[in-house]
Amino acid sequence: MSTTAIPSGTKWWSGGKSPFNVNYGKVMMWYFLMSDAFTFGAFLISYGTIRFSVNNWADPNHVFNSFPFAGHANLPLAFVSLMTFILIFSSVTMVLAVHEGHHMNRKGVEKYMIMTIIGGAAFLGCQAWEWTHLLTGEHVALLTDGTLGVIPTTVKMNPWGADLSSVEMMNALQKSTHEQLVAIASTMHHGAAEVHHNLKALTNQELISQISASGLHATHSGPIAFGGYFFGITGFHGFHVFSGVIINIVMYLKTKLGHFDKRGHYEMIEKAGLYWHFVDLVWVFVFLCFYLV
Amino acid sequence: MSLAQTNPPEVTFQPDHSGGTGKIWKIFWVLSVLTIIELALGYFLYAKHGELGYATVLSTKCVIAILTLAKAYYIVSVFMHLGDEVRNLIMTIVVPLVLFVWFIIAFLADGNSWKNLRNTNAGSKPNQMEQVQEHHSTEK
Repeated sequence: MSTTAIPSGTKWWSGGKSPFNVNYGKVMMWYFLMSDAFTFGAFLISYGTIRFSVNNWADPNHVFNSFPFAGHANLPLAFVSLMTFILIFSSVTMVLAVHEGHHMNRKGVEKYMIMTIIGGAAFLGCQAWEWTHLLTGEHVALLTDGTLGVIPTTVKMNPWGADLSSVEMMNALQKSTHEQLVAIASTMHHGAAEVHHNLKALTNQELISQISASGLHATHSGPIAFGGYFFGITGFHGFHVFSGVIINIVMYLKTKLGHFDKRGHYEMIEKAGLYWHFVDLVWVFVFLCFYLV
Repeated sequence: MSLAQTNPPEVTFQPDHSGGTGKIWKIFWVLSVLTIIELALGYFLYAKHGELGYATVLSTKCVIAILTLAKAYYIVSVFMHLGDEVRNLIMTIVVPLVLFVWFIIAFLADGNSWKNLRNTNAGSKPNQMEQVQEHHSTEK
């Protein structure tokens, strides 16, 4: 393959050649990604501003400590590390696809595009599990009206505040309704139907003594902004991953149909690759801001 | 198998793609090792939660942030091949990103200022959070 080394002192702006030495599509992909970097940057910095402005923020090691099929085991950082490595690896297979494209090796491009698509789908599956786990989780927390409730993590509420002292816990239990006390007591039995029925027959005082004897763990409500920022930013990133997977599927089909062989170059794979690597790049920062610090 | 790839007319100087995949795998290992170090530091903060001083926690978090910037550099420079582009293109991408330096400092300082206003009733009483910290330090 004939290549030309760029002579030193090349006058890029004197006309007759592209000063950037790349075609229009690739320059525009770069500028799109730069503007998208500002969008994500603004989101993450806004999150940082709110986090800096309150005294207690949710501790990521408490919020993200679960792993599929591991039950209630406390495994901070484990699942998100898996997601991170999936995305790094799919970035490697993407750059290998670009490499094969440079050598006009269609079979190689197809193989690595398939691997990249699988990596992207695996990441989305992990995110779906994580969101479901948070949105359906059951945690006992102090509500704004002074009662105790069983709440999940949503954009309106979350249970990720500081632990309640035993006095605060007793006060809140006294204020809680019969219905709330039954719901709290049944979380200790993992919501079995017949247990729920039996609990309903108990009086408030019987329920309270049962709950306080169990050493139940309850917390203050967490900062309300946590859910909105977490679901907003990881959702926006997940949407980028989703559209990246769609773009990669289109690129795979176009490779398979021989469109790039006819065109004489695989530059579309490079452009799709730029987008895919950007998605990985954003995740590196989401990983930092939401899970590590 | 290696056929010559034709280039679009904007490309005056054809880039050299004759290299192997060695560099790609090297960067994969660099990224993996950096991530493992980040995770180890994150786990250190978790395991020692409540035992470490403010300065230790802050500096550990700064180290994690710097390692993240290193990962970002390798992804952009090698995986996205920005390092192989001509200087003109690199500069139009990188220079605007300098805006982030102001962006991060200004907004995090603003958040911190809000926290001080919250804890002091807009300056009308001493900072409760600072008092709590001083109280702890005199006990030791």
